[in-house]
Amino acid sequence: MSEAVLAVRVQGVGLLGPGLADWASGQGLLREPLKWISAATVLPAPARLPPAERRRAGAIVKLSLAVADQACEQAGLDPATLATVFTASSGDAGNCHALCEALATPERAVSPTRFTNSVHNAAAGYWHIATTSRAPSTSLCAHDASFGAGLLEAAAQCAALARPVLLVAADVPYPEPLHAVRSLPDAFGVALLLTPPAGQGPELRLRLAAQPTSGCGHDGLDALQRQVPAARSLPLLQALARGASTERVVDYLDPLGLVVELRA
Amino acid sequence: MKPVAVSDYTVVSALGAGREATRAALRGGRSGLARRTFETVALDTWIGEVDGVDAQQLLPALAEFDCRNNRLAWLGLQADGFAASVALARARFAPERIGVFVGTSTSGILQTELAYRRRDPASGALPGDFHYAQTHNTYSLAAFVREALALRGPAVVVSTACSSSAKVYGNAARLIELGLIDAAVVGGVDSLCLTTLYGFNSLELLSPDICRPWDAGRRGLSLGEAAAFALLERDAALPRAWLRGVGESSDGHHMSSPHPEGAGAAEAMRGALAEAGVAPEAIDYLNLHGTATPNNDAAEDLAVQAVFGERLPCSSTKGATGHTLGAAGGVEAAIAMLALEHGFMPGGANRIEPDGALRSRYLDAPVDAKLSLVASNSFGFGGSNACLVFGAAR
Repeated sequence: MSEAVLAVRVQGVGLLGPGLADWASGQGLLREPLKWISAATVLPAPARLPPAERRRAGAIVKLSLAVADQACEQAGLDPATLATVFTASSGDAGNCHALCEALATPERAVSPTRFTNSVHNAAAGYWHIATTSRAPSTSLCAHDASFGAGLLEAAAQCAALARPVLLVAADVPYPEPLHAVRSLPDAFGVALLLTPPAGQGPELRLRLAAQPTSGCGHDGLDALQRQVPAARSLPLLQALARGASTERVVDYLDPLGLVVELRA
Repeated sequence: MKPVAVSDYTVVSALGAGREATRAALRGGRSGLARRTFETVALDTWIGEVDGVDAQQLLPALAEFDCRNNRLAWLGLQADGFAASVALARARFAPERIGVFVGTSTSGILQTELAYRRRDPASGALPGDFHYAQTHNTYSLAAFVREALALRGPAVVVSTACSSSAKVYGNAARLIELGLIDAAVVGGVDSLCLTTLYGFNSLELLSPDICRPWDAGRRGLSLGEAAAFALLERDAALPRAWLRGVGESSDGHHMSSPHPEGAGAAEAMRGALAEAGVAPEAIDYLNLHGTATPNNDAAEDLAVQAVFGERLPCSSTKGATGHTLGAAGGVEAAIAMLALEHGFMPGGANRIEPDGALRSRYLDAPVDAKLSLVASNSFGFGGSNACLVFGAAR
């Protein structure tokens, strides 16, 4: 199997999920999960967007921009210079439902804004408009493995292109009837600002290997990890919060896991 | 970048199934577009539908993946013996060392659109035969290709609207260069659905006429569907072409309109040239994004001017294939490689009256020429730009 290792540093983190209001407060809860109390994710209005785009932004855009902003602010890097990797197990879930519902009516009246927002790269598009960034950007999906796929791609870009890369992973739940066949309990988003090894922050060394996925040692967080693809970042976030050198396996595609060695 | 070998590739579109059908149609200046309906959609438009998609039958083990998009993918995997080429690669490398990086914009959403017509009248539930993960989900295409080809390496769908299946060449090249994989299946599949037909219609971007890229009277795009695949390897004794450069950029301007001067598009083209390590003069032919919407062609023309001046022969093949959205980058990569292999530059179909405001050297008819380097542009909603550079095998 692969011997290749990708080395990057984490210069900034953004977090928003059930009972996890941001990375600043979430770190302590991940260090001591017994203090974590699940509560509905609250999505802030995307202040960074121009008014016209702010009105059109759906839940996944709000979530993605919120965590992206946290990570950039913490890293102290200008977002306009950053390449981005957005990853999500679905796009704007509510928007998708509304389109399918409209298309099932005899009138089939589709709103142009809804159609524009239906692209999987809507969050990336809004972010780059908001930051007036012409840096490269990609938008990925790997169903339940979307976080692992995004982390692999962001680290690969960071290593191959020797430039900082902002990773944004976000998932929002579908309304019914899609909720019944794809049941995410709540929204969860995470951003990691990765920089080449010469940068600042803890070092991650990533490789692919057939190893079982790590947990958080807490039933609630482990359930969240199973239920929301972006929450499969939790074991890695917990390791970053604790700050000690360790190894975690991020969920990826059968038979591969994404083994992440944290060097504090 | 270190050139990556393209050891095999194929394409299925409204022009036909496989390289030879595509080459013959392009060489003969034929369009696959027709004024027609799709499913229950009767809009006043021209469509590039692929023949025989409905007749495809997936293997029983893949039955849950059954939807128009994966049937079209299956058609593509069989064309030109592509699946057999991948099987040979699987014998040379470990299945864990071969990646799958494919692009799509709407995946199997048609399956969901149809399921929404069959919701339970009382509960509103979707029918029991609806398989979300295998059809609707954006990743379903990569999951299907990975299963169908028995590959076990990294896999992902890139979904950046109409640049998706150009950008996947970058994903694969990076992981090959970094040593995580030895080979990769790249490409794109997008199939006709109600979301895109009614969606582009709502934006008034769907042409009532056949699409006419670079024409003074162009009125918008014609939608098509397609599957395109390529097998990339670190090295190959007898490659069909070399991937030389991938340029990617964002507009950061507007969700559904291009930057008016094509600033982001120009940056993608410059990025691809820089990766290839060549000057603009080294490119022999450029396959344009060329959707035939008034704004897109105007912006792309300015971007081409900024990077290449007025010398470079170029054309859009969307008048022949229709705009195949998430598959367009992969389709046009295949066309770029056909041009290199067979020594011809495709002409742009359907143009009647040249737009005097557009100054690129646009080809109306195919031209025979020995080509060394060919570039292909792909731009998408959300301001996502990509440009690929391919080199001849010799």
